[in-house]
Amino acid sequence: MSVTPENPTELSRRTVLRRAAAAGLLATPAAGLLSACATSGGDEKTDDKPATGTKSATNPLGVPEDAPIEVVIFNGGYGEKYATDVHQPLYKKAFPKAEIKHQSSQAISTILQPRFASGQPPEFVNNSGEKMLDFGALVADGQLYDLTELWDAPSVDDPAKKVRDTVVPGTVDVGSFNGKPYVLYYVSTVFGIWYSGKLFKDNGWAPAKNWDEFVKLCDAIKAKGITPYGYAGANAAYYQWNVILTHAAKIGGEDVLKNIDNLEDGAWQVDAVKQAAQAWAEIGAKYTDKSFEGLKHTDVQLRQNQYKLAFYPSGDWLEGEQKKDTPEGFEYQLMPIPSLSASDKLSPAAVRATAGEGYFVSAKSKNPKGGLEYMRQMLSVAGAKGFTETVKAPTVVTAGSQGYAFPPGVASSQAALAAAGKDVVNIYFDGWYKELDKEVRTATNELMFGRIKADAFVERIQKRADAIKKDSSVTKFKR
Amino acid sequence: MRHGKYPFVVGFLAAPVTLYLVFVIAPYAQAFQISMTDWRGLSAPNWVGLDNFRRLLDDADFWKAVQHHGVLLLALPLITIVIALFFAFLLNVGGKSIGGQRQGVWGAKFYRVVFFFPQVLAVAIIAVLFQMVYRPNESGLINGVLMKIGLDPILFLINPNLALWSIIGVLVWQAVGFYVVLFSAGMASIPGEIYEAAEMDGATRVTLFFRVTLPLLWDTLQVAWVYLGIAAFDAFAIVAVLSVDGGGPDGATTVLAMEIYRNAFVYSKYGYASAMGVALFFLTITFAALTLRLTKRESVEY
Repeated sequence: MSVTPENPTELSRRTVLRRAAAAGLLATPAAGLLSACATSGGDEKTDDKPATGTKSATNPLGVPEDAPIEVVIFNGGYGEKYATDVHQPLYKKAFPKAEIKHQSSQAISTILQPRFASGQPPEFVNNSGEKMLDFGALVADGQLYDLTELWDAPSVDDPAKKVRDTVVPGTVDVGSFNGKPYVLYYVSTVFGIWYSGKLFKDNGWAPAKNWDEFVKLCDAIKAKGITPYGYAGANAAYYQWNVILTHAAKIGGEDVLKNIDNLEDGAWQVDAVKQAAQAWAEIGAKYTDKSFEGLKHTDVQLRQNQYKLAFYPSGDWLEGEQKKDTPEGFEYQLMPIPSLSASDKLSPAAVRATAGEGYFVSAKSKNPKGGLEYMRQMLSVAGAKGFTETVKAPTVVTAGSQGYAFPPGVASSQAALAAAGKDVVNIYFDGWYKELDKEVRTATNELMFGRIKADAFVERIQKRADAIKKDSSVTKFKR
Repeated sequence: MRHGKYPFVVGFLAAPVTLYLVFVIAPYAQAFQISMTDWRGLSAPNWVGLDNFRRLLDDADFWKAVQHHGVLLLALPLITIVIALFFAFLLNVGGKSIGGQRQGVWGAKFYRVVFFFPQVLAVAIIAVLFQMVYRPNESGLINGVLMKIGLDPILFLINPNLALWSIIGVLVWQAVGFYVVLFSAGMASIPGEIYEAAEMDGATRVTLFFRVTLPLLWDTLQVAWVYLGIAAFDAFAIVAVLSVDGGGPDGATTVLAMEIYRNAFVYSKYGYASAMGVALFFLTITFAALTLRLTKRESVEY
């Protein structure tokens, strides 16, 4: 059907519409195929080796003194000020000839994925936020620089001390993949159940130590017309699986989590996980509000600030995140998850603590040594203190937060961490296997809002864990 | 004019065809290529042949999404077209007859503009608006009223049996306006004498609609059906912004584009996501070809 200027009559309204429909046909699937971009440049072999400088006492890593370094910061809860005002001046002071190119973004993968694909990544990246790059994939593709050199280098403040000895124990492990350190997790994070010190004081309530106390307390809170417990199902179900799994570790010991992370057979089906799931399913059935499943974390956190919700599970970034909405005198306090029974393997004070906010150096960048040095400066006492003062959060640097007066919430989480002593646990699988994380989130909502029982909960997650274990296309990690 | 016709045509076509080749056809071809690799979006991909497609066969989430497209494909065009036809009929020929000319109901011009409003809003804005409408507590538009009069709130997006229909509701709400306008244009081109003749023969409004309007509108309906069918294969923005836990609860509202997004940008499985994209491509093409074939019938010339 040719439409030429000679016979324009053929072009009726309907043929136009029909053609438009055909064009629409071609346009819509294109949205699904958007992922198509250049895949070619990724493995280009660059002949010029990464630049190095001469090693010296002030330059133990051998950074080329005049080489520029590009820094990409996630502009989220912590902002970017700590980088531009604290860490970058420190680097500049150590290497005055080096030029620092600073960039910040709220969507790290959007701006960096094409740079990695084309083989020109920036030296130093703060990989965080909803749109972060998948660490597992970065490691599997050899994109991350091995940080062993950094951890073994002398620290800035005391050359007799290695960098690895200036940080909280476990920091190196948290950022390790199959035993190799690739990521620096910088911010010390403690997880627990948060409540308002004021609300509890006004009502004469005390935080619960064991399960009986907890259930009784929930009854008392409910009687007051306040929702005792809740988390946001719409986008933050992992806040709750974090509680269930930490509880499971309390009941059955740290190995419960280790086996889960290592994808051991039947790791999810052990009694400890089942008991924890069952206990929390009851809390979900009796003491939470069904509507929370449809709310986002900001909504639920706001309800707590309005004294409409008593307990909310989260990490200790919560206080800073809610600063704007917290009423005067609210006083965030952390309660470790109550012990289930006297036969629990870990003490009632046990908490999950980890280092959060990941930073890495790109293996294929031009000046990886510069990236390492940037990290070494971050881990100096001046770098850590500056960070803590700017964003009011503790870092992994032991000497960094000494003498700093934290707001009540972080102070209570730091106290809880100290009280936990040896009984500090951590969970890794969500960073290693995003698909398992998604399944556990979904199953947690199903469990907490009463659509499945504990048995079905562990069974469906085990099934997904087994499938991931069998899948040869997924890179496996061990701890 | 014959003389020098080809350089003239080529001159006009070169730019758009080049753009189309570079920005539409080439990415398509590349998606087919990527779908046969294990690309993670960072380093160069490895060739895995049809492995990704084999995985699709036992991917429960994929089939759930396909099933939802089935529901959407039936419900969305049907509901939208019925409502749009009804409104268009009222707006154009549903009113009194003045001087032998059928008129729309009173205020038709105003309604026509109002119905079109959703179409000019960005999809993301509509999704955010409906977050407020569907909100499960006292600050929701619907549930706020229900709870004021002492009823239990309806958990629109949380109840797994209701969630997909709540999403369909939004899609219909958004689409109706455009099709009212489309059908109005179609109806406007139906000659008034036909209605007049039918009325003289004693046809009621219902008969008019089914015996005159509908057959003469067949071509437009067919186009609407194809358009809405294609929309039913998308629905990504509404699901991504509105649904609980990205296509939840427990995958009750997920669609293919949502799964593609998740596999590519959360799981970093670009190869596998592209395989889903290719599957979606063939589903859409098949649907359109089938619809155009099945609905083919002699159009009435007037």
